[in-house]
Amino acid sequence: MKTLLPKLSNDRRAAWLATLLLAAVLIALPFVVGHLGGNAFVRALAFTCLYVMLALGLNIVVGFAGLLDLGYIAFYAVGAYVYALLASPHLSSHFAWIAQMFPNGLHISIWLVIPLGAGLAAFAGILFGAPVLKLRGDYLAIVTLGFGEITRIFMNNLNAPLNITNGPQGITLIDPVRILGIDFGRPQSLFGFELPPVYLYYYLFLVLTIAAIVVCVRLQDSRLGRAWMAIREDEIAAKAMGINVRNVKLLAFALGATFGGVSGAMFSAFQGFVSPESFVLGESIIVLSMIVLGGLGHIPGVLLGAILLSMFPEVLRHTVVPVQNFLFGHVVVDAEVLRMMLYGFAMVLVMLYRPKGLWPAPEHGINPASRAGQTAPQRA
Amino acid sequence: MADVVLRVTGVNKRFGGLQALSDVGIEIARGEIYGLIGPNGAGKTTFFNVITGLYTPDSGSFELDGKPYSPTEVHRVAQAGIARTFQNIRLFPDMTALENVMVGRHVRTHATALGAILRNRRTLEEERGIKARSLELLDYVGIRKYADFQARTLAYGDQRRLEIARALATEPKLLALDEPAAGMNATEKLALRSLLEAICRDRITILLIEHDVKLVMGLCDKVTVLDYGKMIAVGPPAEVQRNPAVIEAYLGGGHKDVATKVA
Repeated sequence: MKTLLPKLSNDRRAAWLATLLLAAVLIALPFVVGHLGGNAFVRALAFTCLYVMLALGLNIVVGFAGLLDLGYIAFYAVGAYVYALLASPHLSSHFAWIAQMFPNGLHISIWLVIPLGAGLAAFAGILFGAPVLKLRGDYLAIVTLGFGEITRIFMNNLNAPLNITNGPQGITLIDPVRILGIDFGRPQSLFGFELPPVYLYYYLFLVLTIAAIVVCVRLQDSRLGRAWMAIREDEIAAKAMGINVRNVKLLAFALGATFGGVSGAMFSAFQGFVSPESFVLGESIIVLSMIVLGGLGHIPGVLLGAILLSMFPEVLRHTVVPVQNFLFGHVVVDAEVLRMMLYGFAMVLVMLYRPKGLWPAPEHGINPASRAGQTAPQRA
Repeated sequence: MADVVLRVTGVNKRFGGLQALSDVGIEIARGEIYGLIGPNGAGKTTFFNVITGLYTPDSGSFELDGKPYSPTEVHRVAQAGIARTFQNIRLFPDMTALENVMVGRHVRTHATALGAILRNRRTLEEERGIKARSLELLDYVGIRKYADFQARTLAYGDQRRLEIARALATEPKLLALDEPAAGMNATEKLALRSLLEAICRDRITILLIEHDVKLVMGLCDKVTVLDYGKMIAVGPPAEVQRNPAVIEAYLGGGHKDVATKVA
C-alpha cells in the first residue's frame, strides 16, 4: 500500500536511498578492502579519513576565506602533540612533580584531550593569523610556510633543557582511544564480528569526518560563509558593508586549525607514536594539493581530492612491485620514484585541462552569458 | 535648529606634497539629498573616503546623528550608519545579486559560527529574515527578477542599483553615493533619479558626489562645491550655480557670459 510509505517526493526518496546506499558502502568498505588487501589497506582508509578532515579544515582557510596557508600542518602537529603529551608516560617520566600528581602516568580522558587539542590548535591559528592579516597571496603563503616550519623545528628542539617533546626521537607509548569503556587498542567483537583496532579507528574517523563535512557545509551556507566569500571577492567592499575583516579572517584561521587539531589528536592515538618528522612542509603541500586538485572551496571536490591523493600512494605502494615482477620478472621503477613521476604528470595535466580542479564549484547563480556559450561581459 | 545627520568640520588631508583637502566641512540635515560637486581632482572622492574611514584624515571632527564617530576603521563607520557605494562599482562579482544584498545585512545580524554549525532556531529564523529583507530590497530597486543572477552578469545600470540595494541593506542613516550616474545613458539616469527620490521619500538621507551637474541641480536640496581641496561655495543649487567662483572653477576665468547661458 502506498500510504504505508512516508510521503516523500521522488527527489527526497532518491536522496534517502543514495544516503543509505553510501552508508552501507562505507560500513562494508573495511571488510571488503581488508579481505582483498589486508589490514594495511584498512589503515590507508583510516588515514584517508584523517586527510579528508585536514583538507576540509584547510579549505575553510584557503577555499572559503581565500587566505593561502602553507603552514597548515602546524595545527595537525599541535593536536598530535597535545594528545601525545597528555596521554602517554612521557611527561610523568621526565617531571617528578607530574609523576607525583599522576602516579600512574598521565592518561587524561579523550573527552578532555580532544577539546583541548582543538582549542589549542585554534589558539595557534589565531596566534599565527594575527600577524599576517594584512598580507595577501604569495606573501601570506611564505609567512605561513615559515610558521609551519617554526612549529616543527620547535617540536624538534624542545627536548632541552627541559625535555618536553623528546625532540627528534618523538613520543612513544601513546594511549589508544578509549570511549565508553571500548579500548580501541585491542580487537573488539561486535555481533560476532571480530573487529581489529584499525577497523575501529576507521569507523571512529569516519564519524568524525562526517561531522566535519556537516560543519563545513553549514558554515559555508551561513552569514559567516557569506562574509568569507565577500572578503575573498572584494575586501574593501566587504569592509564598507560593515564586515569586521580582521575578526572574520581570524575566525577562519581558528576554525580551520580546529579541524587540524582534532585530526592531529586522532593521528597521535592511532599511531601510538609522534615525532616532528610527520609534520614537514611536504605534508602541508600535500594537503593543499588535495584541495586544489579537487576544487578549491567546493566541498565535494575537496573530498575527492583528499581521497585520491591519500589513497593513490598506498595503492601504488602495494601494486607497483608485484605488477612489475609479474610483467618483467624484476622491478624496473621503484614505487616512490613512480609516484613522484605520476604526481608531476598529473599536475601538468590538471593545469592544462582542469585548472579549477577535478570537481570545481558550479558557478554561483545564473550566468546568462555562459549559457549562451559566450564569455561573461566584463565589468565597466 | 535643523535635525542634523552628519556634521563634519575642519577636515585636512595631505598626500605627500599635495594638500588634498583643506578645512573642508559639511552639515547634512535629515531627509535631504546633499550634493558634493566640483571639477575633476577637486577632492570629492578623497573627502568621501575620509568620512567613510577608507583614508585617515590629518584632522577633523566627525559626528553622526549627534554622536561623534571616528572614521578610522571602515567597518565601524558602516556599523555607525554610513553606507557607501563606489565610483567604480565594487560588487562581489561571483556572488548572486541576492547574496550581495544578504552580505549587506551582515552588520545588522548576529549569527555566530556556533549558531551556523548547530543551525538552531534563532539562526534559521535570522537567516530567513535576511533573505526576505534582501529580496524586498532587490524589489525596491527594481531588480528582483535578477536575484539569482551572478552580480557580474547584470547590466551596468542594474549593477549600480544592486550596489545601492546592498548599501541600503545595512540600514544606513546616511547613504553615500560616489558618482552613481557615471557612465549611464539618459534613460538610466532618469531611472536612477526616480530611485534616489524614492529613497529620499523614505526618509533616508543621501550624500551624492556627481559630475552630472544637471542631475545634481535637479535632485539636491543643498550642495557643496569643492575646488583644489577647498570649499568654494555652499548652498541651494540655484544659488550656487550663479556663484562666480563656481563658474570660474568649472569653466575657467573670462567665460562669464557663456556660463550664464549654460546655467
